[in-house]
Amino acid sequence: MTKITEKATSLLSEGTVKMIIGYEMGTERPRPLFCHTAEECEKLIMNAECKNNLAVYLTKKEIIGEEKIAVIGNYYVVKTVIQLQRENQINLDNLMVMTADENGEVITFTTIDEMKEYTDTHEPAPDPKMVAALEKIDKMSREERWEYWKSELSKCIRCYACRAACPLCYCNRCVTEVNCPQWIEPWAAPLSNMEWQINRVMHMSGRCVGCGECAAACPLDLPIGLLCKKMGMDIKSTFGEWKDGNVLSTYNIGDKENFIK
Amino acid sequence: MEELIIKSSDIKTWLDQIIEHTPRVIAPVKQGEKVEFKSIKQSDDVDYESQTTVSSVKAAAFPRTETLFAYEKEGLNTKLYDVAKDNFVETVIWRARPCDVIGFKPLTSIFNWDYKDELYNRRFEKIAIVTFACNTADKCCFCTSVGGGPGNTEGSDVMLTVLDKENVLVEVLTEKGQKLVDLAKDLFEKAEQSIDKEAVLAKIPAKFTKEQIYKNLAKVFDNPVWKAQSERCLGCGACAFVCPTCACFDIQEDAHGNHGRRVRCWDSCGFSLFTQHTSGHNPRPTQATRWRQRIMHKFSYMPDRLNIYGCTGCGRCSRACPVDMNIAEHLTSIAESSHE
Repeated sequence: MTKITEKATSLLSEGTVKMIIGYEMGTERPRPLFCHTAEECEKLIMNAECKNNLAVYLTKKEIIGEEKIAVIGNYYVVKTVIQLQRENQINLDNLMVMTADENGEVITFTTIDEMKEYTDTHEPAPDPKMVAALEKIDKMSREERWEYWKSELSKCIRCYACRAACPLCYCNRCVTEVNCPQWIEPWAAPLSNMEWQINRVMHMSGRCVGCGECAAACPLDLPIGLLCKKMGMDIKSTFGEWKDGNVLSTYNIGDKENFIK
Repeated sequence: MEELIIKSSDIKTWLDQIIEHTPRVIAPVKQGEKVEFKSIKQSDDVDYESQTTVSSVKAAAFPRTETLFAYEKEGLNTKLYDVAKDNFVETVIWRARPCDVIGFKPLTSIFNWDYKDELYNRRFEKIAIVTFACNTADKCCFCTSVGGGPGNTEGSDVMLTVLDKENVLVEVLTEKGQKLVDLAKDLFEKAEQSIDKEAVLAKIPAKFTKEQIYKNLAKVFDNPVWKAQSERCLGCGACAFVCPTCACFDIQEDAHGNHGRRVRCWDSCGFSLFTQHTSGHNPRPTQATRWRQRIMHKFSYMPDRLNIYGCTGCGRCSRACPVDMNIAEHLTSIAESSHE
């Protein structure tokens, strides 16, 4: 029995938690698993292929219920919990947060500060493919960039898998679902798709944890993760380190406005 | 039904003729890591390596976004503008798979059930389909479990089966198919004897039958199996949008003051707002109820109302799903269950 299974089983059988959210092996790659019984805990795994951001379930009341639950997630799950807590979307009294290291040792966090300490010191290395793609786009002229994004986003079918996979997209009614007034055209078309992606990324500014699940969820492999990554880099260079979340909803008299031209 | 042989090396020549004589030819084209159906002008653009495309080819008859009509208001008068005729052109779908083609059958039933959808019908009647039978299958394929198969000719106008490196079997199934073959008659030879294509087709053992599913679904409406299966579902629309048979749509307004157009675009019963009433009540308030709806619609309600199943076993939904909601896995569980 792995240490993860052992820990999860004891938590359930002792009645400490009602349910554990983790990963199991799926058809071709890991997928989320919801353990309600000790038997189900035997399927729990944690490895570098476990990419889904399980924190997406933490704002779904019908899933988490009213009692205490636990989540055994990857680095980004822990980082997302910190942000969700800042945004008052979760009740840490009812949530046990855990991760596992390369040796399968379970790490349990008892406070937000412990989570912050962990995420500050264990950030995964950047994906070289993503770094290369960002550099390529940075070198493009404004017109080239516009053509690139128009060409990529014209393929978007507006399935909203990007929105559904993102744990910070928890609005009950998304801006694109409001038609009085029609902020964003909801049908798939090159310009409306651009409006949608721009809006999505703007709403992520200063909040996105960089898990990349938006891009992973896209059935057409559109490079939308690059938008969030670039936004994150711009926010960091303009407003400083991601320390207290909510960088776009807090005003600081020292904020530069040199992006207004 | 005529059985002909064409040499692999002549396929491009035939396709060149089709492209020259057809306003719109849709075929699988590589887009980065994925392959999708796109309009082609060059026969070289076609991808022949992929097992299947991400999305189905239903957009050829049922586009993601289409204008229903346009309008212009002048004082108290409103002028209406119908959809331009050039929206409905002769189309050839090239290298479809049997599971793509058979998807048009339930779509056509839905769009001709209680109302004849003229826009869909006008597009569909202009489509001819050249299908390539499947020599391989992947883990998500389950066409044989829903009455289909890797060499199923139903709905195709011509079916091509690669027999070996040089020879491709050509089954001409309809008049439309014959017209396509006639564009390059010299390239085809009559098959010398009847050919057993089963020998080269992918082997896909059936996991269940549709009848098993239909029977078991009648007993499980209130069963907790729906919550268990749907727990990880994120409620995005990927499965519905890539599916060859999903036909749900939304109607929106592209309004600009005194003129605009009414637009139809794809929708998904998986979205939480799909059945939201203006009162605030939602008859499918949880992902479990929405997942139940998806399965029951395809395997219980459609057979009841339209005498046809709403699934072709193509596995696209499972491949596109961000959280691996493997529909064959879920259906097998329902088929094997003895829920009361």
